[in-house]
Amino acid sequence: MDAHDVKKEVRRYITIFIVLMMLTVVTVLVSYLKVPLWVAICIALIIATFKGSLVACYFMHLISERKVIYLIMGMTVIFFLSVLLLPFAEHHSVPQGTVNLNLTYKPVVLDQEHHAPESHAEGQH
Amino acid sequence: MDMIPYTVEPRKDTGLYSAKMGVWLFLASEVMLFGALFSTYIMMRIGSSSWPLGHQVLNVPIGTVNTIILIYSSVTMVLAWAALKENQWSKHKLYLGLTILFALIFLVIKSFEYGAKFSHGTFPKTHTYYAIYFTLTGLHALHIIGGIVVLGYFFGPGAKMFKTQPERFTNRIEVVGLYWHFVDLVWIFLFPVLYLL
Repeated sequence: MDAHDVKKEVRRYITIFIVLMMLTVVTVLVSYLKVPLWVAICIALIIATFKGSLVACYFMHLISERKVIYLIMGMTVIFFLSVLLLPFAEHHSVPQGTVNLNLTYKPVVLDQEHHAPESHAEGQH
Repeated sequence: MDMIPYTVEPRKDTGLYSAKMGVWLFLASEVMLFGALFSTYIMMRIGSSSWPLGHQVLNVPIGTVNTIILIYSSVTMVLAWAALKENQWSKHKLYLGLTILFALIFLVIKSFEYGAKFSHGTFPKTHTYYAIYFTLTGLHALHIIGGIVVLGYFFGPGAKMFKTQPERFTNRIEVVGLYWHFVDLVWIFLFPVLYLL
């Protein structure tokens, strides 16, 4: 990489930085929208994935990396997604009446009460 | 005395110098470590009869400021590496110093956040939400501390290598930069998951 290429890269880093800042603000603003929780989760995770991709592709230079790195990280992503999806495959074994998959939570403000409305054990058995 | 091979020149089979290959393998293991904890978060959340919304129990502006600080530190980290590529030592020192400073600011803010929770009697045992919150952010904070130690070494005693082996030193900064960007990347997901949803 010669000096000219580095200057070009630096300009790109600054652009990515501005985009990341804007997306951070968007993430926070979207969280204040009155939308169903599952919509908020989807939007937040899509934005986070996009931001993460920008960091990985440009700051970590993954966009111009060697094949062996793609192979390692590709396999890692497969295992990562498998681990993330395991709870969904297993949720039927959670006792009836305790699974909260409808994602409609009652607001719980723990700090004001200084104690939890339920213990760890609750919701499990 | 024989030199350690492939510190600068790439290996023929991978096309990479050894440290870079090593750090990517390490990052793959880190992805699985945090992946297991994110999976735990999902399991706890769908298995719990109630779950507080992050923005009701945590301070979103503080979380946002910390996110911005980490993004700043990622940019200064990559600029520190780019400055070495341009052979601009003073610029490199400035950007690396800023990266360490941002990391320290992040930790200070995080410690205030923790302190506020503890003073209100909120601990990991308080609720499953806080158990996973403290575990995830605590592990992330440990990574930040580890990063500060390594960055501090390259800012101080390790910097003399640039005079004798500039390419090797540049590679070291690239490798620590990869780790640092990963730490930033993890926070990019932690912030919405814990603070906003």
